[in-house]
Amino acid sequence: MITYLEAIRSALAKALADDPRVFLYGQDIGSFGGAFKATKNLAKEFPGRVIDSPLSEDAIVGVAIGAAIEGMRPIIEMQFADFSVCGMNQIVNHAATLFYRTEVPCPIVVRLPSGGTPGSGPFHSQSMEALYAHYPGLIVMTPGTVEDAFSMLLEAVAIDDPVLFCEHKFLYNHLKADRLPDFNIPSFKARLSRQGRDATVVTYGAMLHESLAAAEELAEDGYEIEIVDLRTVKPLDTDTVLASVARTGRMLCVAEAWPWGGVAAEVVARVSADGFGLLDAPPQRLSARDTPVPYHPDLWSAHRPTASAIASAMRRLLEM
Amino acid sequence: MSSESERSKASRSAYLKAYRIMLMARVLEEKLASLYRAGLIKGGVFLGRGQEALSVSVGINLRKGDIFAPLIRDQAGRMAFGDSVLDTLRTYLGSQLGSMRGRDGNIHRGRPREGYYAMISHLGAMVPVIAGALMARRFRGETGVVGATCLGDGGTSTGAFHEGINVAAVEKLPLVIIVANNQYAYSTPNGRQFACQDLLDKAVGYGVVGHRVEATDLADCLKVVGSAIEAARRGGGPQLVVGDLLRLVGHGEHDDAAYVDANLKSSPLGRDCLKVSEEFLIQKGWASAEQMKRWRAEAKNEVDVTAAKVQREPSPDPNEDDWKAISSPCEMLAEA
Repeated sequence: MITYLEAIRSALAKALADDPRVFLYGQDIGSFGGAFKATKNLAKEFPGRVIDSPLSEDAIVGVAIGAAIEGMRPIIEMQFADFSVCGMNQIVNHAATLFYRTEVPCPIVVRLPSGGTPGSGPFHSQSMEALYAHYPGLIVMTPGTVEDAFSMLLEAVAIDDPVLFCEHKFLYNHLKADRLPDFNIPSFKARLSRQGRDATVVTYGAMLHESLAAAEELAEDGYEIEIVDLRTVKPLDTDTVLASVARTGRMLCVAEAWPWGGVAAEVVARVSADGFGLLDAPPQRLSARDTPVPYHPDLWSAHRPTASAIASAMRRLLEM
Repeated sequence: MSSESERSKASRSAYLKAYRIMLMARVLEEKLASLYRAGLIKGGVFLGRGQEALSVSVGINLRKGDIFAPLIRDQAGRMAFGDSVLDTLRTYLGSQLGSMRGRDGNIHRGRPREGYYAMISHLGAMVPVIAGALMARRFRGETGVVGATCLGDGGTSTGAFHEGINVAAVEKLPLVIIVANNQYAYSTPNGRQFACQDLLDKAVGYGVVGHRVEATDLADCLKVVGSAIEAARRGGGPQLVVGDLLRLVGHGEHDDAAYVDANLKSSPLGRDCLKVSEEFLIQKGWASAEQMKRWRAEAKNEVDVTAAKVQREPSPDPNEDDWKAISSPCEMLAEA
């Protein structure tokens, strides 16, 4: 069995082994192996290519941009996605604008350990995908499976554009698969995770698993729920979403992030605008509550969507 | 010929070369100001009047293969590093044929593939970027490469400057940061910008080598900036060069700079480096006033002819732009 975190480490090792242009840069990622051990042993295995940075998010991203302009393929780690806002200027104003302005691509991968875990509180739990998806020039990946954590990270390294790789901390050690994939679905394609007929759940990241559990619960009542895993939120595979809505006539988008201007809002907007005629009920969304992410596990589990909250939202949608 | 006169000849030719670039930058900027007043420039105009000596000394001491990220007042340094009158005018006038193709303008121009980086507006941002570029060169085993970037007094207050110079120091990179302390960041005077006695003190704090330069004196600029760049090239790690001078224009051409202290204008800081260098040339007998007048006329002619040509060039066509912010070939990206 291999975990989601081990899949990320394996992808990093493979990228380093396969491509001499790849190097890793970030806080505590060297001999210590990273706050989550995503780079464990890599500094030893690839001497001089897994480099500890000072506590300087802006400089970490800036270094990656300069190295990318010079032909390298840097993979940088933000210790927590929450801290990436300290490097946000370089991400959204420099990496994101470089190709449009100069025709020189900026092939950097920014790893963002994302999302909530119990007890992590307001500053170690955030989901930043909507923030970065807002900016033109960035690709935002949100893998929700062990297989995707591996193959999408490798594709992120291969892509010539800046990629925000939102890997979910809750899945790091929880989620396991039998083996790493020997094929990959192109990262920009959404995937049908579960086939159904009565309603569609569009989701990504850790919410994929809460949604799958909710679908199991509803199956006991005879409802067949279809689940679309977006995998990459920008670009957004609207075609796969609309094809599912065409089959079911009902859509709920579930995201762990905050509601205001989020990925779920974008999905609802697209389904409403482009798939209005396919709908039997108003498209719905379920997001986190519009407060900072709370510390106490009891508050936290009521803050983000859970399987039971998703099941309730689905029931309401099915009755509309 | 004695080695003494060899050296004198070399410094004479370096000085004259730098002067001619300064003169061209000044004449070109005068044209930009005039085009701005005529309403022909698409955006703002930001000039480096009074900073040409320091700026040109950076570009002229760099070699092909080095990396340079100039800032807002570096027309002279840009031209010394290979930028042209033509591309400057194209970028300011919004020609589709310019290096930024109308997608960006004025001082936000460059050719990153040639080591000439295109600044973003956020001050200090280029410092860590050049550090990363130098790390890439080191990965590839290239030695003797230098990266340089310019900054003002205001830029030294940014987090990006702090993080970038610190990273460069930790990695012992051949990065040269040239700070033109022109006394004002837009309208904010030094007294509201920093509380250390001297910006050069920052070098000690970061563990980098500091250099003081007489920024209105071209000879000193060439010497000090040259030795800082040479020290970085030889493996001496990051170098911080600080020069005090006065911005002889507004922040941009929209700004009358009424806030500038009259005492500063009449102080040695307020000297015009171009005039200082012209006096020096005459005093040394390296050029006559008539010769310099001819050079100015030649520069003006080149600028005028180029501006007239660029004004006839096509603007970018919104229907022709592919509107792609991403290079990845993917049909979905069109509606990303």
